[in-house]
Amino acid sequence: MRLQLSPELEAFREEMRTFFTTQVPQEIRDHVAAHRELEKDDYIRAQRALNAAGLAVPHWPVEWGGKDWTPLQRHIWREEMQLACVPEPLAFNTSMIGPVLAAFGNQEQKERFLAKTANLDIWWCQGFSEPDAGSDLASLRTTAVRDGDDWVVNGQKTWTTLGQYADWIFCLVRTDPGAEKKQRGISMLVFPMDSPGVTLRPIELIDGGFEVNEVFFEDVRVPAENLIGEENRGWDYAKFLLGNERVGIARVGASKRMLAQAKQHAQEITVDGRPLADDPFMARRIAEIENELVALELTALRVVANSADGKPHPASSVLKLRGSELQQAATELMLDIAGPLSLASFADGGSDVPDWARAATPHYLNYRKVSIYGGSNEVQRTIIAGSILGL
Amino acid sequence: MNFDYDSEQNDLREAVRGLLARAYSDSEQRRGVVKADPGFDEKTWSRLAEMGLLGLPFAEDDGGMGAGPVEVAIVAEEIGRVLAPEPFIETVVLAGGLVSAVGTAEQRAEILGGISEGSTIAVFAHAEPRTRWAATAREVTATQSGDGWTLTGVKEPVPSGARADLLVVSAAVDGGTGLYLVQGDAAGLTRTAYRTHDGTRAANVRFDGTPAQQLGEGGDQTAAIERALAEARIAYGHEAIGAMDTALRTTADYLKTRKQFGVTLNKFQALTFRAADMYVSLELARSVALWASMVQDAGGDVVAAADRARLQVSRAGRHIGEEAIQLHGGIGVTAEYSVGHYTSRLIAIDHLLGDGDWAAARLAAKVADYETVDPLGAPYAG
Repeated sequence: MRLQLSPELEAFREEMRTFFTTQVPQEIRDHVAAHRELEKDDYIRAQRALNAAGLAVPHWPVEWGGKDWTPLQRHIWREEMQLACVPEPLAFNTSMIGPVLAAFGNQEQKERFLAKTANLDIWWCQGFSEPDAGSDLASLRTTAVRDGDDWVVNGQKTWTTLGQYADWIFCLVRTDPGAEKKQRGISMLVFPMDSPGVTLRPIELIDGGFEVNEVFFEDVRVPAENLIGEENRGWDYAKFLLGNERVGIARVGASKRMLAQAKQHAQEITVDGRPLADDPFMARRIAEIENELVALELTALRVVANSADGKPHPASSVLKLRGSELQQAATELMLDIAGPLSLASFADGGSDVPDWARAATPHYLNYRKVSIYGGSNEVQRTIIAGSILGL
Repeated sequence: MNFDYDSEQNDLREAVRGLLARAYSDSEQRRGVVKADPGFDEKTWSRLAEMGLLGLPFAEDDGGMGAGPVEVAIVAEEIGRVLAPEPFIETVVLAGGLVSAVGTAEQRAEILGGISEGSTIAVFAHAEPRTRWAATAREVTATQSGDGWTLTGVKEPVPSGARADLLVVSAAVDGGTGLYLVQGDAAGLTRTAYRTHDGTRAANVRFDGTPAQQLGEGGDQTAAIERALAEARIAYGHEAIGAMDTALRTTADYLKTRKQFGVTLNKFQALTFRAADMYVSLELARSVALWASMVQDAGGDVVAAADRARLQVSRAGRHIGEEAIQLHGGIGVTAEYSVGHYTSRLIAIDHLLGDGDWAAARLAAKVADYETVDPLGAPYAG
């Protein structure tokens, strides 16, 4: 057992910190810090800045731009990125379809897509969930029927995040309705969002924002060469992809940053002329959340530093569960520090309420999602009870 | 940076686990032991000494093994796993730790040698009836008399206070707190033992002009006491991790075998989800406990790290202890069954040196002094 990072890793951490705080445009990082919605172009500029330095897809195979880093290096990369308020490379590109293409795509597909995916020249969106297939994803009903050299896709996807910006979609479709197990009749197709027959309908969320969409398919013709991997093996690729989705989902760095902001705002808000931060109850609440975050960060480190044999560390299962709860605790703390000012959510000009307090409620409301996506926390508990405790 | 034991540490763990598994192979064996005074098994104590465990953290020059806090943590966790009632942390980490840190060369050689051999049980008499979890003493006072000292006042509760051969006593002196050694057979010493809820023993220890020897060179020892208490909090944290691990395992096994409504209890999601939450609490607490030992090993701020460990372990201990009983149902509150004893011990650990609220208040007092916590950086990395 050893607490300190090796000198090489200390230097690595410093290198990451310096890069993120000096080479990614400041105004984009300010946007993230203020929890303001990012424009499409902000995402693209940030990811291209990372990609130009080889820091957008370090977890990919080396021949496609990866870095052959250890899990601990990747952890440090991600944490420093979050602490520096750098928007993370688009997950749909870098954590989801990119690794799937690299692992299961054919050579032609790799050459066609991977470099553009890393550079966000192609913006991908995810076509997985459906109105009747949420946590029970394998129940999906969107079909693809072979017709000559094409697949013909019909059905509906939902919760398609940032689909309004997307150039392409990767989509799970049912290609064998008669399969004995519903998981065995699913394939993965990719196609452009401007294909004839694709319609996108934005869904307004309770924070007033539009980040998710419904996507409808009506006789969308997809060339057969756009099948990823083998027919009817899509479920395997989806599981591989969702496994990647859980990496870094603890978002410790982002929560630490939020807590630091909360502390600062608790100094600015006064109650009877004294800073709210001096209220022992508020200080206690901050201290408790902060200690939980320390525990989460240490657990994440325990997992990534573990030199084991490729098997997932059992404690990794707590990262998503507690990570989402603490993200929510931090947004709730911010909301309560803002107090009455949090009502000014949609104030524009002519309001004296500071930006952070205006953002507090929408952020809190928006972050109810984090315990739902990526396998809801109830799914996580089922996994822990079943595969760790044997219940 | 890594959290894994090396092969020697793994061997140590296996050896301690084997020894304690023989001594406390089931809950009934422990119940038999704690029924009779002194509340632990003297033979097991001797075996711990033979294995070198009672001198583990002391310098080799003082008769010890020269091992570090990680090795101490390994022993503590195994003790917690079977609820071994032997006063390892009390004697080795607390009383021994103070002698090791403050004692003169002569005191160290004599006392630490005796502890290591298993012939001296020493405990730290520090808690006072009208204070809680302070590093200072108020109610016992020290007075110089000729070449020596005398102590007057009351310490309570003192774990294993009646059985101890030697008491390390904190006492108010010259506006500070000093440390003194009192022999078990000293004149003017009255010890009244009682059983505590977790099966161990504590005592009311009354000093009435009791002759004492100053530990070390004198002066205010508050900082040394604060540090020793922090090291003991970390060790108790590991004992609690071992106890929580068993409590959770026992609960999961019970859910798999106990039948109601014609099915085993693990068919009820209301129960399995709660067990999953217990696992989350345990692993988060384990991470902080391991980290605190690494901070100690690295020479970092052990007091700050111990506060963090205390808070996390305390919250986890309450959660797991209470849920372990609830998920068992009525059998969980019976003395014949093991799991309730784990809950009782977890509560005892909570109240020995500071509970979760106490640690949270200490952390809250400093929370505005820094922006973020870097557990691998200052002040923890040494």
